[in-house]
Amino acid sequence: MQMLKAILLALVLLAGACAAHAEESGYPNANTSIADQASLQRGAKLFFNYCVGCHSLKYLRYSRIADDLGLTEQQVMDKLNFTGAKFGEPVESAMKPEDAEKWFGKAPPDLSLEVRAKGADWVSAYLHSFYVDPSRPVGWNNTVFPNASMPFPLWELQGIQTAVMKPVKPGGEPEVEKLVISKPGSMSAEQYAQAVRDLTSFLQYASEPAALKRTAIGAWVLIYLALFTFAAFVLKKEYWKDVH
Amino acid sequence: MTEHVTIRPRNRLLAWIEERLPILSFTASHTTGYYAPKNFNVMYYFGSLALLVLVNQIVTGIFLTMFYTPTADGAFSSVEYIMRDVNWGWLIRYMHEVGASMFFVVVYLHMFRGLMYGSYKKPRELVWLLGMLIFLALMAEAFMGYVLPWGNMSFWGAKVIITLFSAVPVIGKDLVTWIMGDFIPSGATLNRFFALHVIALPLVLLLLVVLHLSALHEVGSNNPDGVEIKQKKGPDGHPLDGIPFHPYYTVKDLFGVGIFLILCAFIIFFEPTVGGWFLEHDNFIPANNLVTPAEIKPVWYFTPFYAILRVIPSKGLGVIALLCSIVVLFLVPWLDRGKVKSIRYRGTGYKVALAMFAIVFVLLGSIGAGKTTEWIPEIFGPNADLTFIENTFGRILTFLYFGYFLFLWAYTYFGWEKTKPVPERVTVVQH
Repeated sequence: MQMLKAILLALVLLAGACAAHAEESGYPNANTSIADQASLQRGAKLFFNYCVGCHSLKYLRYSRIADDLGLTEQQVMDKLNFTGAKFGEPVESAMKPEDAEKWFGKAPPDLSLEVRAKGADWVSAYLHSFYVDPSRPVGWNNTVFPNASMPFPLWELQGIQTAVMKPVKPGGEPEVEKLVISKPGSMSAEQYAQAVRDLTSFLQYASEPAALKRTAIGAWVLIYLALFTFAAFVLKKEYWKDVH
Repeated sequence: MTEHVTIRPRNRLLAWIEERLPILSFTASHTTGYYAPKNFNVMYYFGSLALLVLVNQIVTGIFLTMFYTPTADGAFSSVEYIMRDVNWGWLIRYMHEVGASMFFVVVYLHMFRGLMYGSYKKPRELVWLLGMLIFLALMAEAFMGYVLPWGNMSFWGAKVIITLFSAVPVIGKDLVTWIMGDFIPSGATLNRFFALHVIALPLVLLLLVVLHLSALHEVGSNNPDGVEIKQKKGPDGHPLDGIPFHPYYTVKDLFGVGIFLILCAFIIFFEPTVGGWFLEHDNFIPANNLVTPAEIKPVWYFTPFYAILRVIPSKGLGVIALLCSIVVLFLVPWLDRGKVKSIRYRGTGYKVALAMFAIVFVLLGSIGAGKTTEWIPEIFGPNADLTFIENTFGRILTFLYFGYFLFLWAYTYFGWEKTKPVPERVTVVQH
């Protein structure tokens, strides 16, 4: 009976932990998967083609990417490394932070922990929500992060989005009703959605490379602990036989 | 209660040592010689689990200090270095971080057990007081540990909490600067918090734990019936309802450890941030004194106390209320005048009040964690006056929190409580 209560209490705590996890981000589900290595590889390619010009991943090393994404040193150095960094070095952007601040008003942030800080859903939504806005210095705006000072390099894939504004109420701020593609890019909507999934998955991996192996190890740890707990339970029963 | 056991080893070297330093006799007296009531229920696992977590925190903490850099420039990067480049560093860090939260889970349940079964009552007042001091030291330890990764929530959390000291009359402002070693939390603050977190407070905690256990072993453990087992002794001089802690409770606690570790392993390996409850999203952004997080809130274990601070309009009064909400717990052994210890034989009023106290504590936590900020627009519509509803709700809860202690005193002082007869011996469910 007491054992049952102990197990029940543990389950309640566990359920609490799960419920706490199932919090809503308020954005569409990014649907990422770091277990999908092909997706991570495609995401890495996108990152190094479109993002690394401005954004660093200063806590992630090229050698680590090779190990974790099933790539050879040759592949990483030829296909991903465009800055001439050594294999063991972290991913730095080619742009100097001083220059970046001059050009964009704000140095582009390092993206090593972006997904951990903002969530995969946010990153995915952000990459879907750029639109042309001539009133902004760089010509682009974003509905997820209004007045972001980032130009949108993926436009050649997604196409150019334009905002349809809501009728402005007197004294109210202009609000975006929806975004429509005014000039198609090289990808269809489905292809672009997959590209964003790949890129977001790669950034999710980059924010916690240990996540690739911790669940696999965790399964063995839980199996071991289940056996240990069962043994402890039997031992307790045996010892307590003479307690009345 | 501890019965003295004398061990005379046959091995001559051991005997030589034992005659000069009776370490074996001491160990035996406090394990096989310690008679604990045989009717412990599930609420009695948390003391030994707290000890287990303490050991985990010390061991994983030692390894973390080998790689952590306590400087404003290096702290954040060194934590990521541990997470990525140090072999198994991520596991050590997650064990330390999950351990910190689980410490509070276990300690809160342990304290609630004390309230349920009157474990703070005569002759265990000192056990309770020492336990409360452990709780206080643990809060300081956890707060300073939270600052060390030097994320943006570390920085702003440190700023908000340290600034509370400015409520002290006359010297308040100077006191804040003295604590920080600067005018804002900076490298100086980080470095001294590191010293306090890894040396000063762990020493205090260990000393208090030794005293807590020594006091407990002097008076003996309480139990779910609140019966003093040493009043009924058998012909052998042992309590009739007592069993030696070792091996009976060591094997039983081993089972509890198994269940507890399964829960911890599940969190560590599958959900180490617990959706932002154990590791907050904003703390993956480096400390920045120019960018305030959207919402500054403490980690979940401080949220009930933080809510009391937040819903009271004046800062000075808020700090006083916060302080009182913890100090009042120290006074419980003297507020509660009832003779009956266990909730099993106490009046209905006590049962209802304690259940309400637990609910109020959790609800206060939901305010402190910013949950009500999300719930209120859902319940009352988007145009509802958020601050007013939240503050009103929070003040009612604060009133009920303190109301529990007031009720406890009045209920027992004026003899309003109708208790049930307490059995002479402990009751054991046959299984």
